[in-house]
Amino acid sequence: MNLDDPDIWVAVADVAAAVFLLLGAFLTFSAGVGVVRFPNLLARMHAVTKPQVLGLILMLVGVALRLRSWPAVTMLALVVVFQLLTSPVAAHMVGRAGLRTRKVSPDELEVDDYTDKAD
Amino acid sequence: MTGPAWATATQGPPRRRARRLAEQWPMILVLALIWCLLWGSFAAGTVVAGLLLGALVVAVLPLPALGLNGAFRPWPATVLAARFLYDITTASFQVAWTALRPGPVPRGGVVAVELRPAPDVLFVMTAELSSLIPGSLVIEVDARAAVLYLHVLDLAASGGPEGVRAQTLHLEERVLRAFASHEDLQRAGLRPAAAEAGPGEGA
Repeated sequence: MNLDDPDIWVAVADVAAAVFLLLGAFLTFSAGVGVVRFPNLLARMHAVTKPQVLGLILMLVGVALRLRSWPAVTMLALVVVFQLLTSPVAAHMVGRAGLRTRKVSPDELEVDDYTDKAD
Repeated sequence: MTGPAWATATQGPPRRRARRLAEQWPMILVLALIWCLLWGSFAAGTVVAGLLLGALVVAVLPLPALGLNGAFRPWPATVLAARFLYDITTASFQVAWTALRPGPVPRGGVVAVELRPAPDVLFVMTAELSSLIPGSLVIEVDARAAVLYLHVLDLAASGGPEGVRAQTLHLEERVLRAFASHEDLQRAGLRPAAAEAGPGEGA
């Protein structure tokens, strides 16, 4: 094995890219399953923030490792930044709207400090 | 004629507009950086175009100044970033496992967390981060009382309401230690450690 051989690093980057893409795909898939399986609106928003965001980040890292071009990498980095900035806000807006319009049944919550405070 | 607030703000005398441009130069830099990243090039022409467009955006769509008088401490910021990466990874796999495993989905709850008094920017940062980590989601914010209402997916696994409060306060502490000014740290009751009060203190 000759580490000076550029082909080896190309192969390493390709394998790492494949691993990242598969991990990202797994997390994104589980986010989809969560949206279907979770019992209420607020629980579903968890699936679309955490595994979905990290899944996307891992996928884009995989894409960057495969493309290996700076213009693509900077663009992908921007996608990650805006995903991190916007996805919590989007989930917050949907969750708050659901809670305020009483689309979330109190029976489904173990504790509910919000409704307790409002009453 | 009374237009909307943004309209009157753009129609101010030129001197005030020029001062606002001068005040908001960090925003112009950020917008120029985004422009360069979108083009994938830092050629001189791209940078100049980005700066001009950034200035145009700030002039036409003015936002109130953020009042950033914080500090930037490299080591606590590194701790915050590393812990964030670790937490979002574990939180993601936890939620993924909760979604995929057989059996009933655990019961969640809404927990109120009272944060320390802190500048708005850092409060927002804590709120955003606590939606991604730990196992919580911001559903309501009471900015005046500095209270976050968090939905927790698996209350039992997060150590109950008290566990959620402790985790969120730790997260806030990491944010404050990374970005809050010396005075804000003291106001929040987090006296900086001796090592941080030295000459390394950012302005």
